[in-house]
Amino acid sequence: MHTKSIAELSAALRGGDVSSVELTRYMLQRIKTTGESLNSFITVTEELALAQAAVADQRIAAGEATPLTGVPIAHKDIFCTKDVRTSCGSRMLADFVAPYDATVVGRLQSAGAVMLGKTNMDEFAMGSSNETSYFGAVRNPWDGATVPGGSSGGSAAAVAARLCAAATGTDTGGSIRQPAALTGITGLKPTYGRCSRWGMIAFASSLDQAGPMTRSAEDAALMLSAMAGFDERDSTSAERPVDDYVGGLGNPLQGLRVGIVKEFMGDGLDAGVGASVQAAFDALQDLGVELVDVSLPNAGLSVPAYYVVAPAECSSNLARFDGVRYGHRCEAPRDLEDLYKRSRSEGFGAEVQRRIMIGTYALSAGYYDAYYLKAQKVRRLIADDFRQAFERCDVIASPTAPETAFKLGDKANDPVSMYLQDIYTIAVNLAGLPGMSVPAPAADGMPVGLQLIGNYFEEARLLNVAHQLQLATDWHRACPPGF
Amino acid sequence: MQWETVIGLEIHTQLATQSKIFSAASTAFGAAPNTHAALIDLGMPGVLPVLNAGAVRMAVRFGKAIDAKLAKRSVFARKNYFYPDLPKGYQISQYELPVVGEGQVDIVLDDGSEKPIGVTRAHLEEDAGKSLHEDFHGMTGIDLNRAGTPLLEIVSEPDMRSAKEAVAYAKKIHQIVTYIGICDGNMQEGSFRMDANVSIRPRGQQAFGTRAELKNINSFRFLEKAINFEVERQIELIEDGGKVVQETRLYDSTKDETRSMRSKEEANDYRYFPDPDLLPLEIDEALIAEVIADMPELPDRRRARFESAYGLSPYDADVLTASRELAEYFETVAAQGGDAKLAANWVMGEFSAALNRDGQTIGDAPVDAEALGQLVGRIHDKTISGKIAKDVFAAMWAGEGSADAVIEARGLKQITDSGAIESLVDEVLNAHPEQVENYRQADPGKQPKMIGFFVGQIMKKSQGKANPQQVNELLRKRLS
Repeated sequence: MHTKSIAELSAALRGGDVSSVELTRYMLQRIKTTGESLNSFITVTEELALAQAAVADQRIAAGEATPLTGVPIAHKDIFCTKDVRTSCGSRMLADFVAPYDATVVGRLQSAGAVMLGKTNMDEFAMGSSNETSYFGAVRNPWDGATVPGGSSGGSAAAVAARLCAAATGTDTGGSIRQPAALTGITGLKPTYGRCSRWGMIAFASSLDQAGPMTRSAEDAALMLSAMAGFDERDSTSAERPVDDYVGGLGNPLQGLRVGIVKEFMGDGLDAGVGASVQAAFDALQDLGVELVDVSLPNAGLSVPAYYVVAPAECSSNLARFDGVRYGHRCEAPRDLEDLYKRSRSEGFGAEVQRRIMIGTYALSAGYYDAYYLKAQKVRRLIADDFRQAFERCDVIASPTAPETAFKLGDKANDPVSMYLQDIYTIAVNLAGLPGMSVPAPAADGMPVGLQLIGNYFEEARLLNVAHQLQLATDWHRACPPGF
Repeated sequence: MQWETVIGLEIHTQLATQSKIFSAASTAFGAAPNTHAALIDLGMPGVLPVLNAGAVRMAVRFGKAIDAKLAKRSVFARKNYFYPDLPKGYQISQYELPVVGEGQVDIVLDDGSEKPIGVTRAHLEEDAGKSLHEDFHGMTGIDLNRAGTPLLEIVSEPDMRSAKEAVAYAKKIHQIVTYIGICDGNMQEGSFRMDANVSIRPRGQQAFGTRAELKNINSFRFLEKAINFEVERQIELIEDGGKVVQETRLYDSTKDETRSMRSKEEANDYRYFPDPDLLPLEIDEALIAEVIADMPELPDRRRARFESAYGLSPYDADVLTASRELAEYFETVAAQGGDAKLAANWVMGEFSAALNRDGQTIGDAPVDAEALGQLVGRIHDKTISGKIAKDVFAAMWAGEGSADAVIEARGLKQITDSGAIESLVDEVLNAHPEQVENYRQADPGKQPKMIGFFVGQIMKKSQGKANPQQVNELLRKRLS
């Protein structure tokens, strides 16, 4: 049952082979037993899940089911969920119970999806290994000694280990795609503005975007169809209709031009990963795709630009966590300044504090032009690179991450090498484009991700390419041993 | 040394929208703490601001009212600082690109001449909450009802040269924002708050002196006193060999002094940057056209119209256009009463005096414009005399009913029947033969004065109801 895709589960539920309550109970049991060692969930909402499943069963019986009705999923703990703890992986919000639902959560709930719980993540989505979580590191189901990637590491591990049919993630610099790559699943970061950010705890507002993490492109299409759409509560959400993601999956790829980013295939790329990604390119070629070389000459500036813009925005976004209204408050503050200093020093972990410091510095009087403004200029240059590249191709392809999953603790004390995990994904966020990671052949038994990048709002095309690739290959079907 | 004062004002006007600038919570004043604070106003994790289009419209309206440049594209920025009543740890404001650009208003100086005062900019921003230090022993209470209330901050050029000019400018802005209906102007409730940047320089010197900023002044009287105190302080300081330091000062109205709040060195680095949660604000021609179409008549134009259409003196026109409410009240009285000058006298005279005496506003005055219009009409059509009308007005104010009802109930209708007046006149003349004789002997130049005696007697006899004009005419005829 746990190996079934969303479409298969949906058929089974509608056919009466299994009820949502049975399915939910089964998955909850898997989380507690098989999945226990992964630490992929911060909160399991057993009672709520069974209640939602019961409602779903009624809907199915009444013939009012959507493809997601009764399907058990999980939410990254960055999404506010009404009356359920929403920690964002931080001590700061370790006891925070959200008073409202994020739009993405509400939409999936309306579609009938059952929430099993909230998944682990890097604290405030800052990290690429899930090691910065206050609730402990998540283990990669493919090798318990390695990381699942981050920041959506809990969602990635849970989906890869078949603890839920799908999960939500968020991606600010690669936080859906890199963990998807490291755990061998499919992850899609939509165009900036495609999914509402209402209720998604902000890290870097101009980059954050929610997306689905699934075991196939088809499942991602089903999830995104429910998640995407204009939301008047988010001024940056796109006021345009949502495409038919499922309907376009079957389109043939004949004649499609796929651009290979030459800057992403050179130095810094692990040889094994390079070979796997090449194999995926070849498979695309076999499907009738024309491979062309494209260049993103300013892509090398994306990591430094990102590490100005994202911390700058985070330094401001995280100012609300001051111990005054909610969240962690230090014991017996002497005065206001002590309240601020100790609440924040105790509530935030080292990586969050580092980024707040960097961002505060970058926005300071006298440095703003040199850092923040310059980084914004770099963003425009990078967006321009993509615009030119898309004149030569329809979809861009590259590796998702430079290497396979690394050992827990390996990069924990080397922030720069950790930041380079996102060297191929960050440019996509800076430009606001949709990006996807789909499994390529494994390297030394560990998953590798192929990144597909589309033009603005061309999620349907990305899903189409990924689905055709998955019809022709079985890389996405690989299951971590023991799960 | 001759010193010249240089003043610029920053005025925070609270916009009269129903809901807050970035949330749907009510802006109503005086609710129980934190009952008008939505998730957005509380700065909850994950919430996002959505701009209130009404606030934008009001900013545009102000821009058009002072004939300012409007930015086709303006940007909201975050002003970052920590304070317990600032829920997000930043205030959403406008920094480099404000919605309203350069404009100008004219103030009238003591000698009657006009002086233009430049408006540098006006920008939209949200208000913070309130910290309540009373009622909480050893703690501070936070009330976020005010958090997110829309403000238009109007920044002037340093064009004012005295406290009086500053007050004239502030009053002018107050008049404009209340006239165009974007601010209720209520200074007690903080709807109109002023910061004054004050510096001095030797007369003739071009360069500005170092300025002090006087924060959060909420009355015109305090504005004048605060500036005057500050100017004296700066002069004394410099003449004693000291230096003015750039700082923020608070005016203490109970002690009538300003004192230092924080110096430039202690000032926050606000780390402004464009708010990524909000798109740039685009103002298109259609919106501007709409705003112009429903722009009420502005005070300057109304004043000119009052002079030309009603034949009022410049002074009367000025007084009657001081507020939109008063001007509208007057126009109703004039239309109803059929005599604009009489209406003007009554509105500025009895009516305003009664308001002042009872500390009431036009809105809750017991005599509304229609009612006063009827009274003026009864004077105009000679039903009652102006003198009697004062008693009728007092009765109306006391709640005894309409002008007609009071006149009827008290039998105050003027005697205009010539037979009745004739017998009154005859009675009085017969009763005072000596005075009649004296009058007839008197120098013609003195006669008009002497006739007053007879008029007085007749009015007394008629209990004030005889038509004075008819009485005069008849007396002159009989005495000649």
